[in-house]
Amino acid sequence: MIYLDNQATTPTDPRVLDAMLPWFARDFGNPHSAEHAMGRHAADAVEAARAEIAALIGADPRDIVLTSGATESNNLAIKGAARFAAAGPRRRIITLATEHKCVLESVRDLAAENFEPCILPVGRDGLLDLDRLKDALRTPTLLVSVMAVNNETGVRQNLAAIAGLVHEAGALLHSDIAQAAGKLKFDVENPRISLASISGHKIYGPKGIGALYVRRRPRVRLSPLFSGGGQERGLRPGTIPAPLAVGLGEACRIAAAEMGEDEARIAALRARFLERLGVPVVVNGAAGLPGCLSLRFPGARALDLIAACPTLCVSTGSACTSADIAPSHVLTAMGLSAADAAATLRVGIGRFTSPSDIDAAASLLAAAAHIPAEA
Amino acid sequence: MIYLDANATEPLRPAARQAAIAAMELAGNPASIHAAGRQARRVLEDARTRIAAALGGEPEGLVFTSGGTEANALAIAGLGHGRRILCGATEHAAVLEAAPGAPRIPVDRDGALDLGALDTLLAQGGPALVCVMLANNETGVIAAMPEIARLCRQHGALLHVDAVQAAGRMTIDMAALGADSLALSGHKIGGPKGAGALLLARGRDIEAPLIAGGGQERGRRGGTPSLPAIAGFAAALHEAQNPAPSLAPLRDAAEAAAIAAGALVCGAGPRLPNTSSLALPGVRADGQVIALDLAGIAVSAGAACSSGKVARSHVLDAMGLPYAACAIRVSLPWNATSAHIDAFAAAYATMAARMRRQAA
Repeated sequence: MIYLDNQATTPTDPRVLDAMLPWFARDFGNPHSAEHAMGRHAADAVEAARAEIAALIGADPRDIVLTSGATESNNLAIKGAARFAAAGPRRRIITLATEHKCVLESVRDLAAENFEPCILPVGRDGLLDLDRLKDALRTPTLLVSVMAVNNETGVRQNLAAIAGLVHEAGALLHSDIAQAAGKLKFDVENPRISLASISGHKIYGPKGIGALYVRRRPRVRLSPLFSGGGQERGLRPGTIPAPLAVGLGEACRIAAAEMGEDEARIAALRARFLERLGVPVVVNGAAGLPGCLSLRFPGARALDLIAACPTLCVSTGSACTSADIAPSHVLTAMGLSAADAAATLRVGIGRFTSPSDIDAAASLLAAAAHIPAEA
Repeated sequence: MIYLDANATEPLRPAARQAAIAAMELAGNPASIHAAGRQARRVLEDARTRIAAALGGEPEGLVFTSGGTEANALAIAGLGHGRRILCGATEHAAVLEAAPGAPRIPVDRDGALDLGALDTLLAQGGPALVCVMLANNETGVIAAMPEIARLCRQHGALLHVDAVQAAGRMTIDMAALGADSLALSGHKIGGPKGAGALLLARGRDIEAPLIAGGGQERGRRGGTPSLPAIAGFAAALHEAQNPAPSLAPLRDAAEAAAIAAGALVCGAGPRLPNTSSLALPGVRADGQVIALDLAGIAVSAGAACSSGKVARSHVLDAMGLPYAACAIRVSLPWNATSAHIDAFAAAYATMAARMRRQAA
């Protein structure tokens, strides 16, 4: 099996697994049991992990709230900020048409709570037109949510320019950095971000853990999605899964140390893949994350290509919606026709992709693309 | 360190550990359609089927969450929409805080829910959602669920049952309980932390998700499921339900030793076989816990989530007992041994003698 779907989920790094193992055996304490040594030991491990997560994005450990994953982080950031400011004058919440479904749904759900969702289009290259944002911000806006790197195309938004406009308008800036964190340099101070969502299993850590960066200076106030128990400064109740938190911390530590090396290798593998493919393809969207390739095979159908390569794990788009028949909302927002979207495959290269994986995948896909698509 | 704080978290069961590690070695996202994704999906759906079956529910009704707190919150927000919420007075903070201001159904000195009071509360207004835990986390007292369910049905109320402490420690059949939903936590059964579930009875559904997006869990809970923790949860529940030697004799021995040293056991009637709330009148609970910690015995003064604060036990207060500041919780894990109980008995006797001397 050749795994080239590293935007859906990444394999757990063996070093991450090793770091987690003691917490799956001897060190099983509840990190909230401050009264006994086993609980404190677990709490110390969680705090060390929190520090690694913070360090990866230039944050203070106290800014990091642990969650079950990026979907929860996105919900907490968007709904939490809106609900906290529910009595305030700012009603508009801005996001992009190419955001992850959980961001779009969170923003749209807020319409029922008297907020005004504003979904901005993107260009053919997947990028936000800054003038559109400037226009949208003329209406008093509470929050703007823009992902750093798109999960289907790898397109990287110009967050520095966006942040300037958002702050000028006095709004909060949230960024879903699930695909960017640990892969591209990201610092919450440059550009200045109010809220940022991280996922463990997108950076070779475990599923079931994520984090939300919540700026404290100036303080970003949120209402929790649910209550009970008071953990994580009251923003996120429930027992912190210490083993998963340790895994996320280790994943962040490794990513911080090896990011440059990983990305250079992945960029070379991407170039090698495109070179070996040998059939005409179009890369959708502006250049961004090298490991994420949105490839259009003119005249072919992506589902046929996938069916013709059962040993190859690639996707037609976001995993969450991979059972959908509807064309990708990301690609259609970029102006692709339904037929062009249906001819598009996402190829996700990761830390554990080898050159031979790339060569095999290229020849499998090239052979499949030569099979005429069924009528 | 002798660990007697299972109700805060159970030690991971070996089968759960294996299942979690095996799941961690799978590359796929269960929502992906390729082979790696299908493999992950099989693990997810197999866990769903096994957990639902073990509790007398249906896989279609099982929603995986990040844990018990989220499961309780999802039930209250999702089933309580447009209904009055009524909570047992000894519920966990996860329930009480998810329903702020909800009227509390009183309990008696044994910890049993006052059915007459429930009847009156139910008769006082429109359709309700009643939240009652199956077994209390501090005292282990088991609620008279079929009677509670019958009252709820008579008044057209829904019944949400927090089964976080009960699951794996007693037989649970959702239909026999008469519950409309059950909240569960993996790590309280000996699974990994980071997974729980809300099990909905047939025909019940939540109004809206707490965490939206992605369409996972039939649109009831967005986000990539925590596959390792979920696989471990299913394995732990299976292992817990396989006939294991009952912890009741060990619990009884621990209680007898504590009583001999001057303790009172809080809560009576049917109780979990692993949980004791032991009061030492006049001796502060935090001092007891610290003394036992120094002697190598891990116990707690109450729920782990609030234990950083060393608050009074709202459970014992609700029971009308004057011991809310001087009771500790001793909760035996699945792997407790009689040697652990002997060590506890000795440490407890030493602690009690010294602290009562100081208090006198």
